[in-house]
Amino acid sequence: MAIEINGKTFETDEEGYLTNLSDWEPGVAEAMAKEDDLELTDEHWEIINFLREYYEEYQIAPAVRVLTKAVGKKLGKEKGNSKYLYALFPYGPGKQACRFAGLPKPTGCI
Amino acid sequence: MSEDIKKFMYLNRRAPYGTIYAWESLEVVLIGAAFDQDVSLAFLDDGVYQLVKGQDTAGVDMKNFSPTYQALGDYDVTKLYVEKESLEERGLTLADLMPLTYEDEDDDWAEKDSIRVVSRAEMADIMEEQDVMFSF
Repeated sequence: MAIEINGKTFETDEEGYLTNLSDWEPGVAEAMAKEDDLELTDEHWEIINFLREYYEEYQIAPAVRVLTKAVGKKLGKEKGNSKYLYALFPYGPGKQACRFAGLPKPTGCI
Repeated sequence: MSEDIKKFMYLNRRAPYGTIYAWESLEVVLIGAAFDQDVSLAFLDDGVYQLVKGQDTAGVDMKNFSPTYQALGDYDVTKLYVEKESLEERGLTLADLMPLTYEDEDDDWAEKDSIRVVSRAEMADIMEEQDVMFSF
C-alpha cells in the first residue's frame, strides 16, 4: 500500500502505517486524516507532535493507556483522559494518532 | 479480581545485540503489561549488559533500543532485579547502568529507582516466588 502526495509516494504497511518513519512529513498526517474523514485541528497536532516526541525519546509508540497518562502529565488532566482523546481520534488515540504521526502500531495495544 | 493476579518474571540472560532475544523480551514485557499482572524482570549473566548506559549501535547496524527501558515505568513495570555476581564477573557496578525510575502512585508520585541489585541467593528466592517465568 502507499499514499500519494503531490506526486510523491509514501509506502505503508497492510494496516496503513508508514513503512519508514523517516519519510514522515506533516502532509502525511493530513492525507491520512482526509482518508478517515477528519480535519486536523491544533488539538490533533498537539497529540501528534507529542507522540513523535515520545517516540524520539523512548523509541516506541506508547500503548493507549500509557499515552493517556503521559498526555495528562505533560498537557494537563483535562486532556489526559480517554474521552478527550477519543473525541479527537475516534478510531482510537493510540492506533489512529500513531498512524498519523508516522509511528508504528503502538507496543502493547491489543 | 486480585486472586487472578499472577507473578510474572521475565529472565534476561543474553547481551542486547547480536541476537533478537533482548529486544523481543522487552516487547513481550510491554505487551504483557496490558494484562495487569505482577511483573518483574531479572537480568543475569550477559543480560546485565542490556542495562549498561551509553549504548551505541552505530557499528552493528541494529536499532539502539536502550531508551525503551526508560518507558517501563510508564507501563507500570517497576521491578528490575539485577544479579550482583553477574555484574561483578563483568567488572560492572550499579553506576555503569542506566538510571531507571518510576513514579510511585501510592506515595504521591515520588520518583523511585526501578533497578534493584540482588545477590544470587536473593535472586533464587525471588524466582521461587514466581507463578510464571519467561526465559530469553
